[in-house]
Amino acid sequence: MSPVIAVENLSKKYIIGHQKRERYTALRDVLANGAKRFVNKLTHPFAAQENDPTHEEFWALKNISFDIQKGDRVGIIGRNGAGKSTLLKILSRITEPTTGKVKIKGRVASLLEVGTGFHPELTGRENIFLNGAILGMSKAEIKKTFDEIVAFAEVEKFLDTPVKRYSSGMYVRLAFAVAAHLEPEVLIVDEVLAVGDAQFQKKCLGKMEEAGKDGRTILFVSHNMGIISQLCSTCVWLDKGEIRDVGQTGSVINTYMLNGISELTGEMAFPDDSGKMVQLKKISLLDREGNVAQKFDCDNPINIKFDIQVRKQLPGLYGYLAIYKPDGTQVLESDSFDAATVNSLDNLPIGMNTFNVTVPPRTLGHGDYMIHFSMASPSADNFSVDVPGIVCGFSLDDFTSKRGNRRNGLFSTLLPWSKLES
Amino acid sequence: MDNQSVLVIEAGRAERHYWKDLWRYRELFYFLAWRDILVRYKQTVIGLAWALIRPFLTMVVFVVVFSKLAKLPSEGVPYPILVFAALLPWQFFSSAFSGAGDSLISNAGMISKVYFPRLVIPTSAVIVSFVDFLISGIILVGLMLWYGFAPDWRIVTLPLFIFITFAAAMGAGLWTAALNVKYRDFRYIIPFVVQFGLYVSPVGFSSAIVPEQWRLLYSINPMVGVIDGFRWAILGGNPQLYWPGFLLSLFLVLVMLVTGIVYFRKTEKTFADVI
Repeated sequence: MSPVIAVENLSKKYIIGHQKRERYTALRDVLANGAKRFVNKLTHPFAAQENDPTHEEFWALKNISFDIQKGDRVGIIGRNGAGKSTLLKILSRITEPTTGKVKIKGRVASLLEVGTGFHPELTGRENIFLNGAILGMSKAEIKKTFDEIVAFAEVEKFLDTPVKRYSSGMYVRLAFAVAAHLEPEVLIVDEVLAVGDAQFQKKCLGKMEEAGKDGRTILFVSHNMGIISQLCSTCVWLDKGEIRDVGQTGSVINTYMLNGISELTGEMAFPDDSGKMVQLKKISLLDREGNVAQKFDCDNPINIKFDIQVRKQLPGLYGYLAIYKPDGTQVLESDSFDAATVNSLDNLPIGMNTFNVTVPPRTLGHGDYMIHFSMASPSADNFSVDVPGIVCGFSLDDFTSKRGNRRNGLFSTLLPWSKLES
Repeated sequence: MDNQSVLVIEAGRAERHYWKDLWRYRELFYFLAWRDILVRYKQTVIGLAWALIRPFLTMVVFVVVFSKLAKLPSEGVPYPILVFAALLPWQFFSSAFSGAGDSLISNAGMISKVYFPRLVIPTSAVIVSFVDFLISGIILVGLMLWYGFAPDWRIVTLPLFIFITFAAAMGAGLWTAALNVKYRDFRYIIPFVVQFGLYVSPVGFSSAIVPEQWRLLYSINPMVGVIDGFRWAILGGNPQLYWPGFLLSLFLVLVMLVTGIVYFRKTEKTFADVI
């Protein structure tokens, strides 16, 4: 059987400007540069065209080729900047490839953002129609699935309220519900499940699994290896615009994570990004003495220190921390609001803020681990504030217990065995 | 499976299924226009009445300035009707032109996240202005009843002139919309052209007062031909169409429309990368 999606030698080049900060060109500069070039040509007619030093070519994708069969659920993984989003944008025809070719059979729908085209002044009902039309549904199709959409989003009571008065949870639910009821042959989804509460995420995943069973093909980008391994049968690993590995999800994730861990260190710093209202500047793993470390033992605490730069105060800001095994198993998850009654990240003051999270001794079993970190807030667009993803890695040894490093299981907690008097 | 269409994505390939896609997304024209109209009058007290009040007051000012103060000739029809027959196409053109010109920028979020033929966006902006045009047409009917003025057979040619106005607004709008994506200078050029255009187009006065030897030159402004056409169709009787000028305007409108579509189509595929 011929594949549903056939990608052949796909490449995409961007020209990136260096000195200029504006995203768009001003006519003035174009005219000035044009005039300069013209004068140069007149005065030095035989000089070779010099390369513009302020512009540089950047290949977001380099010679990508792969095939996807009907009904496959394919995960696309890779670090930030690996080319995942560019690939999705080309597949959903938002931007054109520079070279190469893609053949897709059947209707494609893409969901690169939750609620594209939603208008805050319009009511829920009006937005369902508008959003549906933007995503490519016909009016008749929307009418047919309208009740299902409303039921899925659980917003019956607020259908005639402008969405600007919705809670952010309702907004996301409604937006996802519209997209989830598209019935395309190929569905392209970009990290949209990162938003919304856990229960709703589960519902969305269920909906996508169902779509896969109906013979639809799904392409799914996520940083969350847990969701990828749950949802996807095949996986494509992109690295710096090239394919590193394609195959069974389990094995691809495994090599991806293992590769990640060899590159991961006990400390990671991030360059300033003024576009982020709140940004993780540095994360460090510290031992008992306060030194950056990557090797720990089970009898000592692991202190995770965060330096967070706040450029704008965000109500509802929270931090999210997850610890993974190299095979993608998530062993721990922690939100900044779940241990204490007060969320210490809520409304952080502008400036540099430092936090510490301690993993107590005898919590995790021996082995390799990596740490995922992200920040979110319901008051930010699309919820997400800063998603550095997998940032640090460490290894744990068990030196003191009898079994030591031969102990199986995820925990190193020593359980006392006490004999009860009968 | 076999009868399913195969989509091929390749550099420069978009051309082939573009017009078919445009047809497939035809409902989006309606939805985007509907959204803009709905949003425009949300949280306003008198709502749609604004579409009547603005042109009416403009007309009153023009009548006072050009007829009462400047004492310009009215070609034998009530001056308010003379003004309004020109104000209708001018307001349609100016609001469609500026709406279409800004449309891509104000829908940037959609452009970078969803695929659909981008022509839908500026066209919807023009449709929104067309709805306003139809609403303010009510005032013209009211004025005609008030003055007991009946148009003659020429009124049946009006749709043709409406179509020409539509073409002029689309042509100019497509150019500025596409250029605006790359050069934001056009954000400042658009309001200037609209303001300037009102003075150099025969809105408050009849183009008959322009000396004969200058009329052809005057018709380089395509709106001159459009407005003259409107007056010719609506006012009946007196105003004569100055054919050389009208044909020149018509020709320029067509050139602008065709080149506008070509330029828009050429730059369209890079919109998402540049915007």
